[in-house]
Amino acid sequence: MTSAQIEIQLVAVVVAAACALPGVFLVLRRTAMMSDAISHAILLGIVIAFFITEDLASPFLVVAATLTGVLTVSLVELINKTRLVKEDAAIGLVFPALFSIGVILISRYAGDVHLDTDAVLLGELAFAPFNRLVVFGYDIGPRAFYLMGGIFLINLVFIILFFKELKLATFDAGLAAALGFSPWLIHYALMSLVSVTAVGAFDAVGSILVVALMIAPPAAAYLLTDRLSYMLVLSGLIGIVGALCGYWLAHFLDVSIAGSMATMVGVLFGAVFLMAPNRGIVAIARRKIRQKWEFAQHMLVIHLFTHEDLPEAVTECRFEHLDEHMRWDESFSHRVVDRAEKQGFVKCRDGFLNLTEKGRGLARGIIVK
Amino acid sequence: MGLGEILHNLVFDYTLRTVALGSGVLGVVSGALGAFAVLRRQSLLGDSVSHTALPGIAIAFLLTGAKSPLVMIIGAAVAGWAGTLLVMGIIKTTRIKSDSALGLVLSVFFGFGLVLLTFIQKMPNARQSGLETFLFGQATALMERDVIVMAVLGALAVITMLILWKEFKILSFDPEYGVTQGFPMRTVEVILTTVLVIAIVVGLQTVGVVLMSAMVVAPAAAARQWTDRLGLMIFLAALFGAIAGISGAVISSLTLRLPTGPTIVLCISAIVLVSMMLAPNRGLFWNWIRRWYNRRLLTLNAVLADMYELAKVHDDPSHAHPAATIEAMSYRTGGVRRSLDALEESGLVQRSRMDEWALTPKGMAEAEKVIKSMEVKT
Amino acid sequence: MAIVGPNGAGKTTLLKSILGLIKPAAGQVLIYGRPYEEQRHTVGYVPQRGSVDWDFPTSVLDVVMMGRYGALGWIRRPGKKERLVAMEALRKVSMDNYAHRQISQLSGGQQQRVFLARALVQDASIYFMDEPFQGVDAKTERAIISLLKELRSAGKTVVVVHHDLQTVPEYFDWVTLLNVRSIASGPVDDVFNEDNLRLAYGGLVAFKSHEHREQVKN
Repeated sequence: MTSAQIEIQLVAVVVAAACALPGVFLVLRRTAMMSDAISHAILLGIVIAFFITEDLASPFLVVAATLTGVLTVSLVELINKTRLVKEDAAIGLVFPALFSIGVILISRYAGDVHLDTDAVLLGELAFAPFNRLVVFGYDIGPRAFYLMGGIFLINLVFIILFFKELKLATFDAGLAAALGFSPWLIHYALMSLVSVTAVGAFDAVGSILVVALMIAPPAAAYLLTDRLSYMLVLSGLIGIVGALCGYWLAHFLDVSIAGSMATMVGVLFGAVFLMAPNRGIVAIARRKIRQKWEFAQHMLVIHLFTHEDLPEAVTECRFEHLDEHMRWDESFSHRVVDRAEKQGFVKCRDGFLNLTEKGRGLARGIIVK
Repeated sequence: MGLGEILHNLVFDYTLRTVALGSGVLGVVSGALGAFAVLRRQSLLGDSVSHTALPGIAIAFLLTGAKSPLVMIIGAAVAGWAGTLLVMGIIKTTRIKSDSALGLVLSVFFGFGLVLLTFIQKMPNARQSGLETFLFGQATALMERDVIVMAVLGALAVITMLILWKEFKILSFDPEYGVTQGFPMRTVEVILTTVLVIAIVVGLQTVGVVLMSAMVVAPAAAARQWTDRLGLMIFLAALFGAIAGISGAVISSLTLRLPTGPTIVLCISAIVLVSMMLAPNRGLFWNWIRRWYNRRLLTLNAVLADMYELAKVHDDPSHAHPAATIEAMSYRTGGVRRSLDALEESGLVQRSRMDEWALTPKGMAEAEKVIKSMEVKT
Repeated sequence: MAIVGPNGAGKTTLLKSILGLIKPAAGQVLIYGRPYEEQRHTVGYVPQRGSVDWDFPTSVLDVVMMGRYGALGWIRRPGKKERLVAMEALRKVSMDNYAHRQISQLSGGQQQRVFLARALVQDASIYFMDEPFQGVDAKTERAIISLLKELRSAGKTVVVVHHDLQTVPEYFDWVTLLNVRSIASGPVDDVFNEDNLRLAYGGLVAFKSHEHREQVKN
């Protein structure tokens, strides 16, 4: 591995970790699409800052972009307050307008339109309009590592310091307000972090990957755990693994690194979606099937129990009667009875079904509950 | 450039005419169908479908080697449709909410699309500009045949909407009730989604991926401010979309280096802003005026009532009181003098001497009415 | 009939399963001996108020006409006939003056009555209602209950998920006590007693209306 490759992977790891942290709260607070909105809208901030400083490397860009991110959030909140449109519509109104202004500014005052719009969306060429020399794969230098590393630490420190406030404000904003923690302030602080992270990552990997890294790993973690602290750690891990796998995939296929990383975290999410214990699709399907059979067993046992000592027992407890009483078709009835026999609840003799003592115990237990 | 010249160009200048028509079609179709997405709280579906369309376009190109708009639209539509179904699947089967599902699918699909795109770029016969202009909205590259394709597909979408009007309505308002009425709501939802995806994909050529979400949300958001009737709302949304599309095309053609897509979006954003401010009933501007007027009325009434009290105490209604006294009675110090001036203009009080005021007979009557209306009704 | 039970007992779930809104794990729903799917037109549904976005751009009359969509079938739009039927239903719930009002301007009780009217236009034999008295004012409650009693006199069946135990003996003839499983079901006089209530609510209920009913009987 060359040192450049190592550097790139280090940056990837740091970006993934930095994005995962605020991403957890975005997912929990149902404001995930704000990451998409912010990462598009900050183009405007970057453009304006560039016009003022004429310097790509100026930290002022980060500041301006962050402010734009906060502006986006404020505008959305403002629109929400009027209650004239729904919340999701407010987001969809604000960021395209800001993004459009950004694109127009670029094309009027900073060069070739075609290239610029490309650049913004494809990411790796994020600063091409600003005349930076970009060679594929080498626009991610140590500067990005330190920038994102710093941002990661800021995010981490913020979350550790305000863990209980964040937790409370996320799950019960009303209570948080009553206790004196301003949920409003927390919301803006969080959004500022998202903006800063998006800006830093924008430089390295582009806007779309930021969204992917902020949402996919936390969403996957959400399906794996119920504890906030675990969710934070898991998101970071999933993000890091996805980013590394993505890098290597891109390396071997010689394709977009950012795109690869986004794809891999998506694949990881897909895996969790299918296979998560309890919440995964497979687990849910298994559970449904198990419930169906269990329920049928219970019905059978209770039916026999309640009819056992009655004169009608002769007809009611016959196998053929099952499809009439339970409306099960014959093959289903066969399987239910087979299972019941195997489990020792029932004995079938000449088409007549007898409850065993174990079966009676089961029936009694159900009725009592 | 005079208006006459603009209109002339709209008809006779091939480029302007094509771009304007294409933008207009885009506006109508995405405005009308986007309204249903907005009403179902799926406003960001436009954003999502636009992004998820990318791998579809790339795959369509890989499979057919063709850059015809129809092929790319089909590819985009299939991918957009698949992505939307995936989003809904995730929402239905897990505890992940709609915003996360949307963001997740859109970014992952788009990333995958990027991978395919960079893969294609290395292929010998791939002239990027074809694919990328499709993606990022190069309205000026629109050709007449593109517009025809857009118009036909758009018409199909709108006609479907008109035919299935009441089914879409009940799907958006109360889908569970629709089920009890015997309609297969899931099927209707699939049809609506399909039609919506077509509407969005059709517009991608003109405004590009990022801005398409505005064309889905904004016309409907603006239209909602003007009416409470669904039919009128959809019509207005289509109208606003068309206006923004055509205006955007015209304005960007007149100005140097003004890309069409963003201009259209700014036009529709302006329409939204105006609608939110000035629409009757819901308009913010009118609300502010109403509130200001009410506050003034309240102050006027308060002063009138105070003067009535004073008159009662003195047993002589025409006894004038210095303004200072009246001010002292009001807990609101500002505005008393202004109110007195206003009252004088209406003939309800008169000024006897320097800064001394009394109720006129008309004022007495008015004051009595005010006091009565303030009494608690039993 | 009233369906009562503590929170989480599954009352709404039961209703939704009957109406085909939730897929049952086992069992079948028969209405007058035929599967529910065949009998849809005889069943009317009044859902909970909160299940809908009241900011939707539609009028009261429009919502009521939705009750006729099933009869219209695909594609056909409601016409004059449907409008008349809808206005008639609105008259029955005293909302005909509000026919062209946008639905966000309605109070809770009015919204409930609109839903009721929507179910009425179906001219069904059985009506299922989910907590129709939840959060409505006394006047609306009286109006609704008199309407339900009218339906009963006309030979219709009304099944109501009800939240207020106090009013069960007064409003309903039959009751089902539900707590995940059916605890008891039958005529109010037979079934609505202390033992069953305790079973259903786990001992959190005090039975006091005994005396009241005795007085009324006298």
